[in-house]
Amino acid sequence: MSEEWPLYEVFVRSKHGLNHRHVGSVHAADKEMAMENARELYTRRNEGVSIWVVPSNNITASTPDEKEPLFDPSQDKVYRHASFYELPDEVGQM
Amino acid sequence: MYAQLVETGVKRVKTLEEMSPEERAFQEKIDAEIKIEPKNWMPDAYRKTLVRQISQHAHSEVVGMLPEGNWVTRAPTLKRKLQLMAKIQDEAGHGLYLYSAMETLGASRDEEIEKLHQGKAKYSSIFNYPTLNWSDMGAVGWLVDGAAIVNQVVLQRTSYGPYSRAMVRICKEESFHQRQGYQILLDMMREGTEEQKAMVQDSINRLWWPALMMFGPSDEHSPNSQQSMAWKIKRKSNDELRQMFIDQTVPQLEFLGCTAPDPDLKWNEERGHYDFGEIDWNEFYEVLKGNGPCNRERIATRKKAIDEGTWVRQAAKAYAEKQKQKQRDAA
Repeated sequence: MSEEWPLYEVFVRSKHGLNHRHVGSVHAADKEMAMENARELYTRRNEGVSIWVVPSNNITASTPDEKEPLFDPSQDKVYRHASFYELPDEVGQM
Repeated sequence: MYAQLVETGVKRVKTLEEMSPEERAFQEKIDAEIKIEPKNWMPDAYRKTLVRQISQHAHSEVVGMLPEGNWVTRAPTLKRKLQLMAKIQDEAGHGLYLYSAMETLGASRDEEIEKLHQGKAKYSSIFNYPTLNWSDMGAVGWLVDGAAIVNQVVLQRTSYGPYSRAMVRICKEESFHQRQGYQILLDMMREGTEEQKAMVQDSINRLWWPALMMFGPSDEHSPNSQQSMAWKIKRKSNDELRQMFIDQTVPQLEFLGCTAPDPDLKWNEERGHYDFGEIDWNEFYEVLKGNGPCNRERIATRKKAIDEGTWVRQAAKAYAEKQKQKQRDAA
């Protein structure tokens, strides 16, 4: 069996004004083919207006073990949220 | 359905007390309906079961293209031909969504496909039946995709994130398949000649029981179900799903003006479900073992497609490497 084509991750912008969102992956010999395959696979029914393909091995991901050091510090900083600042009703919407 | 008799390699489901701390944390997450994602810790048997189930599901989508491919050049109109090709392309797409979900578990697509070709991996028994006339395209879409939908709607809630997300995409596309199939049959029954109407009934006669077998063995003979249900890979039992399928399909069958090849099929007021006859389990196990009408032909066709495409894949790779080299030289 021949060597497998590399894997690309596929991101699709479903509508103008929205972010690209990860939808899955495709195998392809090069980036042009990755784009064609992604088009065929993930946008057969008007699912997108723009596609990104990225070689999977170029993605650096956080691991579940890092969850605490990465995300816990943000939990005790309530003063980063608007709701922390109580204002008198007379001030109105702010 | 697209996955039948998936081994878990587990003899008995462990209680929470018997589990290691890691296993317990994992099971508690599952019990709390928190999806498992690729980088999360998971028991080895969970990973292996998923690779088996998802690859079997993917193989089914891919082999499932063959009975339909048989009719592309002989579709009665251009409209029907376009619809059939769109459906077949969807099946290829579903296979790919599933293979990529499987790859997130560290499995290799090529290796799993190789196992299929060596007869070490299964695919759904249904695709080992031949498609003998045009109305089979209708019956396959209606019954086979219909059975697939019943199973896959439930699998959208499966515990492994990438599998669940693939199911969501697949379910969105699958209802077109079933509707186009039913419409083929409806057109034939409404506007067809007597001969064409007889063709519809013949398709149903041949595909009815194999469609019911898609849900796998009855619960009492499904040794792996308990663990798969505890892991929430599986969300409903084979018999529950089969009953759901029958209950929703019989009224559609009656609307067509056709009958099922089952003298015991009748509404049971007390149960609120249809009763139905005993499935020929010998036939099911024989087909699963590789002795169905088309098992050998299906695998031979898949192998031929892969083998004859080898030079194309190699050429594409060589071209890509050459282009990269050119870019490096220019830089």
